Amino acid sequence: MIPGVDGFMYPNEVELQWSVLIVLYPYITGLVAGAFILASLERVFKVEAVRPTYRLALLTALAFLLVAPLPLQLHLGHPERSFEMYLTPHTSSAMAMFGFVYLWYLTVVLLLEIWLEFRVDIVRMSQTTHGLQRMMYKVLTLGSDNISSAARRIDDKVGYVITVIGIPSAFLLHGYVGFIFGSIKANPWWSTPLMPIVFLFSAMVSGIAAVMLLYAASMKLKRMKIDMHCLDTIARYLFYTFVIDFTLEMLDLIHRTYEADESFRSLDFMVHTRLWTSQVLIQILLGTVVPLLLLAATQVIRFTEAKRRAMYLTAGSLVMVGIFAMRWNVVIGGQLFSKSFLGYTSYKLDFVTREGLLPAIALMLLPFAIFLVLIKVLPPWTHQTSKASSAD
Amino acid sequence: MDITRRDIIEFGTKLLVLASVGATFEQVTGAEPAPDAYKMADHWWGMLIDIGKCIGCGNCVRACSNENKVPDGYFRTWVERYQLEEDKLPVVDSPKGAIDGFPLPTKVDLKSFFVPKLCNHCVDSPCVQVCPVGATFISPDGVVLVDESYCLGCRYCVQACPYGCRYLHPEKETVDKCTLCYHRITKGLTTACCENCPTGARQLVDFKNPQDPIHDFLKHNKVQVLKAYMATDPKVKYKDLDVAVR
Repeated sequence: MIPGVDGFMYPNEVELQWSVLIVLYPYITGLVAGAFILASLERVFKVEAVRPTYRLALLTALAFLLVAPLPLQLHLGHPERSFEMYLTPHTSSAMAMFGFVYLWYLTVVLLLEIWLEFRVDIVRMSQTTHGLQRMMYKVLTLGSDNISSAARRIDDKVGYVITVIGIPSAFLLHGYVGFIFGSIKANPWWSTPLMPIVFLFSAMVSGIAAVMLLYAASMKLKRMKIDMHCLDTIARYLFYTFVIDFTLEMLDLIHRTYEADESFRSLDFMVHTRLWTSQVLIQILLGTVVPLLLLAATQVIRFTEAKRRAMYLTAGSLVMVGIFAMRWNVVIGGQLFSKSFLGYTSYKLDFVTREGLLPAIALMLLPFAIFLVLIKVLPPWTHQTSKASSAD
Repeated sequence: MDITRRDIIEFGTKLLVLASVGATFEQVTGAEPAPDAYKMADHWWGMLIDIGKCIGCGNCVRACSNENKVPDGYFRTWVERYQLEEDKLPVVDSPKGAIDGFPLPTKVDLKSFFVPKLCNHCVDSPCVQVCPVGATFISPDGVVLVDESYCLGCRYCVQACPYGCRYLHPEKETVDKCTLCYHRITKGLTTACCENCPTGARQLVDFKNPQDPIHDFLKHNKVQVLKAYMATDPKVKYKDLDVAVR
């Protein structure tokens, strides 16, 4: 008997190949894509109510995007060779495209859009600050200090075009992550054409929830009043997206159960045993049903502002836990059963090893540190934010 | 001999022209290949496994381990024992990949047999498809290999293999697997596992060699492959494969 193994595993399957770091990868890229899509609501779809979170959402997306490749890099047996993916990409490999999708999104979409959005502030700060700060802002202007109304109109038009390109790019970024898993025909837990679309909607859910929480936290820290109209609107979009996400996940579940192919008995047993806590209790019950009920309640019952705020923030926090559990169940769950469908292994999460819990926590905290630096360098508080706050 | 710029340009041009029409390095440099030199294009390697002949001794696993310095706890080849009772799930075991053979069965009077496993050297290998840098490739003679000087150790191929034949080498941190003893078969030898099988349950076969007995065998016997529904076109063929085998 091998410790942690029940039934029969092919001998090389006993040890899991993809660890908690690979769980972080779709989780983090999902937050990027979701935050960006929330930002585009204001820019492209003219949902003015979410304007106070526009800049915050862009900076959130950037902070997480900068960290997104790190768990992958840390996981590689030979991280020094990762650049080969750019030099000699294997065109039939879904994974080979990661670098290109990532670079496209980082440089063409996010950095450009952030620069255009903050250009006026950057130019002003390059004129009003001193010393090193001044030099930094001077560099950030990229030599363009024309902030006349004509120039700003051009910025706005270009920014709009980039956001329009950015929406399918955000879909590509996260749909692609889903494809990496969904296209593995050897693994029935992953292999479904629904995977990219499920990943995409869960990304939007987690990204919207993350920006909502960061907005509330920022307002608290800045001792500014939360714009309830904005929060109500974000919560409404969170609810709609979550309903679609939940429907897709249920569709996947019903489809699997009804089809009941040769893998079903094994996967069903896994969900009822090894994944019971993380999938049924944390992902479905705590991370999906409870927040959905909370959000649904705010749509049909008129609660006081304080109650609504508490419900939104509770729902948002549970969503973050639930989506993390979803990523965990996909990545780890997909390796707990044998491809012989005759046995199960266990995942032992180490603490201080390269792929252990400690680096995972550090990687999860890093985007928040980057976010703090970003909001220091590029304060996202527009006068719309202050106006909205003072108007309340 | 002085090498002039003219010589270099002449050689470079020759190399380019000949390379474009598929000339070998030997033809370009003028060196004649040895008459018995191994030509990849003349071979298409695979293996035939006769389940009825396997006695589960584990000789093949030990031979492979010694020949290829397979790290402890990982397997380029292994043997599974199936014990089947009517209307019940198969009971399968492979203690340490059967490197020490098998203990006696706990129940007698069961349908029981051994199934040697190894990389199937699939023609349409999912592992080759997913490798992000092409470090895993199929050689012109049909052997799926890993270039360990190029492998990133991302393990996407391990996930993509339906047969569980790959692992991350704990010291090299690159993916490792059965090479069909490429270092031996290209010298006219058979694989370590085939050589050490006391019953001839494993036979290295060359589908491109018209003299290979495999052609006659395939004409007169029914063979199967593992997980045919995966459409990977495995080149490891099994005689008498039971439907219970996964």
